[in-house]
Formats: sequence, C-alpha cells, structure tokens
Amino acid sequence: MIPPLIVQTAITKGLNLIAITDHNAGDNVQAVIKAAEGESLTVLPGMELQTQEDVHVLCLFDTLDQLSELQTLVDKNLPDIKNNIDYFGEQFIVDQTGDFLARKDQLLITATRLSFDQVFNAVKVLGGLFIPAHVNRQLFGLITHLGFVPPDLSIDALEISRHISPEGARKEFPQIAAYPLIQSGDVHFLEDFLGVNQFKIAEPTISELIMALRAEANRQFVIKSRF
Amino acid sequence: MQLDQIIKQLNLKALTEPQDFSAITVDSGYCSDLLSCVMTGAEPNGVWITLIAHSNIVAVAALLDLAAIIITEDAQPDPDTIEKANEKGVILLSTPVPNFTTVGQLWNLGLRATQQ
Repeated sequence: MIPPLIVQTAITKGLNLIAITDHNAGDNVQAVIKAAEGESLTVLPGMELQTQEDVHVLCLFDTLDQLSELQTLVDKNLPDIKNNIDYFGEQFIVDQTGDFLARKDQLLITATRLSFDQVFNAVKVLGGLFIPAHVNRQLFGLITHLGFVPPDLSIDALEISRHISPEGARKEFPQIAAYPLIQSGDVHFLEDFLGVNQFKIAEPTISELIMALRAEANRQFVIKSRF
Repeated sequence: MQLDQIIKQLNLKALTEPQDFSAITVDSGYCSDLLSCVMTGAEPNGVWITLIAHSNIVAVAALLDLAAIIITEDAQPDPDTIEKANEKGVILLSTPVPNFTTVGQLWNLGLRATQQ
C-alpha cells in the first residue's frame, strides 16, 4: 500500500475522503497527504491506537501537528521492544512516491500503556475524533475487552467490522444502538476499500464530521449498506 | 473463606474504604482480563483477579455481586473509579504480583473456581 496507489485506488472507487490510521504510528500520513495534493481526495491524519486494555481506537485529526502530539504521547508509552521483522514484517516509512525513507525499529503491533480513558481525553484535548474500532470483533474490540461502552465518556461514534450490517450490529449488541455507527473496513490492502460512509458536510473537517455524526445543522451521515 | 484471610495471606492493599473484611465470605475465584468473559463466567460472592483497572470493572463487579476485585501488577484505577467503587460497595484490592501468582496463592489457600 504505497501512497500513490492508495490515492489512485480511493479516487477510482469514487471516494473523496479517507483517513490514514496506521497501528500506533503516524509516520506515513504526510506521504499520503502529499500524494493526494491536487487531487479530488482529502486525506485526514489519524492513528489506530491500541490502548492498555487491548482496545483498538481510531483517532482522527485535522492537522499533522495534532497527530504529532499524539504520536509523542504514544512513543513514550510503547514498551521498549524492537520489531522482529521475521514475525511482524517490515515497518517502513516512505515518501509520497512510495520510496524508502527509514525503517521504524520500535515494535508497533503491541499495546501502549495508555488507558482507554486517557486516550479519549488526549484526543479530545487535541480536538480530534475518537472512534473505537471494530467494536464487535472478538479480538481488540471494545465490547469483548471492556464489556460495554464506558457510559461516562461522550464517544463520537463506534466503528463496526466489515462482516456485519449496521442493523445486525445494533440487534446483536443493543448497548451500541444509541451511538452513531461507521464502517471503515479495517483496510489493509488496496482491494479492501469499502467506501460506505457517506457524509453530507460543508467541508472535510473534524468539526463537520462530528456535526454529521450528531445530525446537527443539516449535516447528515449514513452508511450505504452493502447487505 | 473470609476476605480478611485472603487480604492478609496475599498481603493485598485495599484501594477502597476499609471495612470489616472478616464479614465477607468468598466462595470462588475467577481470572480474566476480558470483561465480556467475566460478565458470563464469574460467580456471585467470588473474587475476580485482573490487571484491568478501567472503571468498567466496577460496574461488572456490582452487576455480578462479586466479593472483591484483586487488581494485579500494581495497575492503578483512577480516583473516579475508586470513588465509584466506594459508592457501589465494590471492594478493590491491589497487589504488585501478576495474575498467575495471585491465582496460585489463592489456590494454595484452598479457593477453587466454583462454589462446590
């Protein structure tokens, strides 16, 4: 998944908004943003962060500076373990053409020492969007690991995995029915793009996305169901 | 088995307000860090061993009427969580040792997974 191919594939599939959310890492976001310059595609900076409780959370921002602040916090809270390329594969950092820039040594696949609530607070202080990922999944999903959505946090939305319909998810997990649900597909390969989240917004910003998720000010959000 | 005995033998620190732990009977033990499993696996009046310190543990313990939660590896619940536990009458105990060691110590004291 090199930046120009991500951009090209997204445009071919008719998408005009994507977010890059690598696991505990934001190093490759800038390359994709640059690769999309001059194209009809907006790329939001983000990260899929693994909390202390092994819950995966999508953290989305407007700017690279916001992401960089989160990255500083994450780097301080990752265990001091080096990546084993034989087991986990390469952790490359590339430029906008996909050329090699560097290899990240710190193991990214593991959990941070940041609790779910700490991450929520950090993302909110930075002005980001906080969306627990694939909440219905047995592994790394919020419901398995924390039992239920913490009621004290005003969570923007929940993401459901690609193998379930929003109606199916609401039926199976009644406790998530009151939250806006998005479906992003956990895209690891070019052919995985779902493109089912449809926002009616004035511009592709975090505040507009939040308004759409809340159905405020004539903004709208809907999942175009694949089922 | 009484909770005061467990606290003494395992050298546990009470994070919630002290009370008469000898009046609390522990019937069984359950160990998991997945709260969804605990909700279906732990038994009333049981002790739950976990390294998860998230505030959701309080609601799970209250729901199941657990005798206490033993939080391992010095994982620290935040002050709001401890306050919520005090409100709901959930006992939070802390130990520096891992889940495995804690379960072993409880087993040696004669505690088992089910009530019989």
